Amino acid sequence: MSRWNKLGVNRAARIERASHVAKGKIVDATRIGDLLEQVIEPGDRVCIEGNNQKQADFLADALAHLDPAKVHDLHIVQSVLALPEHLDVFERGVASRLDFSFSGPQAARLARLLSSGKLKIGAIHTYLELFGRYFTDLTPRVSLVCAQAADREGNLYTGGNTEDTPVIVEATAFRRGVVIVQANEIVDRVPRVDIPGDWVDFVVRSPRPHYIEPLFTRDPAQISEVQVLMAMMAIKGIYAEYGVRRLNHGIGFDTAAIELLLPTYGESLGLRGKIATHWALNPHPALIPAIEAGFVESVHSFGSELGMENYVRARPDVFFTGPDGSLRSNRALSQTAGLYGCDMFIGSTLQIDLAGNSSTATLGRIAGFGGAPNMGSDARGRRHATEPWLRAGREADAGGIPRGRKLVVQMVETFREHMEPAFVERLDAWELAESAGLELPPVMIYGDDVTHILTEEGIANLLLCRNDEEREQAIRGVAGYTPVGLARDKRMVGNLRDRGVIRRPEDIGVDPAIATRDLLAARSMKDLVRASGGLYDPPTRFRSW
Amino acid sequence: MERLSYEFPGGNPIPTANSAVLIGVLGSGNLEVLVESASLGGACRIEIETAAFGFGRIWEAVLTDIFDQWRVGDVRISINDAGATPAVVSLRLNQALQAFAGKKP
Repeated sequence: MSRWNKLGVNRAARIERASHVAKGKIVDATRIGDLLEQVIEPGDRVCIEGNNQKQADFLADALAHLDPAKVHDLHIVQSVLALPEHLDVFERGVASRLDFSFSGPQAARLARLLSSGKLKIGAIHTYLELFGRYFTDLTPRVSLVCAQAADREGNLYTGGNTEDTPVIVEATAFRRGVVIVQANEIVDRVPRVDIPGDWVDFVVRSPRPHYIEPLFTRDPAQISEVQVLMAMMAIKGIYAEYGVRRLNHGIGFDTAAIELLLPTYGESLGLRGKIATHWALNPHPALIPAIEAGFVESVHSFGSELGMENYVRARPDVFFTGPDGSLRSNRALSQTAGLYGCDMFIGSTLQIDLAGNSSTATLGRIAGFGGAPNMGSDARGRRHATEPWLRAGREADAGGIPRGRKLVVQMVETFREHMEPAFVERLDAWELAESAGLELPPVMIYGDDVTHILTEEGIANLLLCRNDEEREQAIRGVAGYTPVGLARDKRMVGNLRDRGVIRRPEDIGVDPAIATRDLLAARSMKDLVRASGGLYDPPTRFRSW
Repeated sequence: MERLSYEFPGGNPIPTANSAVLIGVLGSGNLEVLVESASLGGACRIEIETAAFGFGRIWEAVLTDIFDQWRVGDVRISINDAGATPAVVSLRLNQALQAFAGKKP
């Protein structure tokens, strides 16, 4: 038996070693270091639940403070490195190898640790890609996850931020790994079972509730008139043009402006029910006015958003909620919805090159990808037809057998703050790859997946470009007064405009004179609270009252 | 602080009765634009005070495009800039000129 069950035998030994630390499945918070030392073996692959929003912060801190003489050379697999503790494990010599997806807040320190030789990076992934590897060659031996509540049998209630928990626990539990949970509270009966208790080995009540980042909240007061103009162009020139109903929005003020223009500008164009009805999206506060105006039929979420709990609970026809009434999110499934179930992805970026490759990488920061490349790529395995998908496919006119295309829109002002041009001859990603020893330049969205580039100067439809030269001039033709834009071939750009490859605001009937903040359905956080009927409860840092 | 000045000859004079227009705010990343009638022999003079140094070439490109679009003469435009991007500059100038001329270009 043991010849075919080495994993099970090893697991039993770990549980046995830890038995004196636990009472049943429950472990006291003061014994967490002992528990981890008994369960984790040097060289283990360990998954810390670090999501986009929810963080297993207590367990991450405990892991980072283990004695490196006893626990060392761990291989950390983790979707998001958000907290200092996530890098302390490497700094202190507990772990030495990392496979991950996103490290936004820790990107600069990660780059420094990498160059000092404190860790080796296996690869930087998209979320779905990393989750896929949890079930192939990167299955965790021990997972440290977090939940809102647990009962004594280990049944978990994750609350609205289920996020990655099901994927991590399933990969670990069903391959004889050990699952350790930090819960905000231990209760007699959880409000709903998000993770069954027999998949869970140990539960510790965290001394403080786990950290959640309100990552998707954008204050409407900071939306500029240029962003209003670009949002008008997006709605009229792309959403209405293709009849896009199923979509995902990237994070940021550009897309928040679109959300806030749906019930005003979108309504004035008669688009309610015709565009933006089905979403793969976190519960963005900026979407509240559109939901209230009857634009939105359904929203499936990767994670929740702080302050949106009561609003979501009161709109069960729109959001996916449990019998207990609270949101059920799931990052892997929402990523799948974005990849296969949506006809459009639209998001911002930092740099675009002459081939349309789009990157958020900057020198000295290894920020990774998150989910955008899953949503912002053509799903070549897709087989069901919808009108926007078919039309994009016809425009691409690849010849041969008919097929559709996902609309992938990159929305960017030609200059970012401090007059940094968004259009460049060569992406910083190249230099970052060289300096950090990465095998590939970290490109967020490859040029051959991008279908439209939208700037304040116009929309370039790359589907209609018939060769590399046209593509380059179409990009230069919306690159404004950046060096890339100023170096355009004016005759060719004029020609592309005549063919509808480039469209200026006036070509699609958008009047920049009415692009003012008055068009926003909410102009402040307080307006969002008001639009929600008082149900939305913004985090303190977003409150000025 | 950098001062820049450009003059574009050959525009169509706007009647001097047009009252001056002031648009925008002097907040970070934004600008104030004052458009007023002036006897300049049919020229359009644009004077800029900007917080950002070394962007003369971009200002010239933006203003040349604006003038080509509007071709207004006997007009003085004063710009007080707090680091606005070209996108904001174009938007504001178009709004100001539309208000001053009472029509689109």
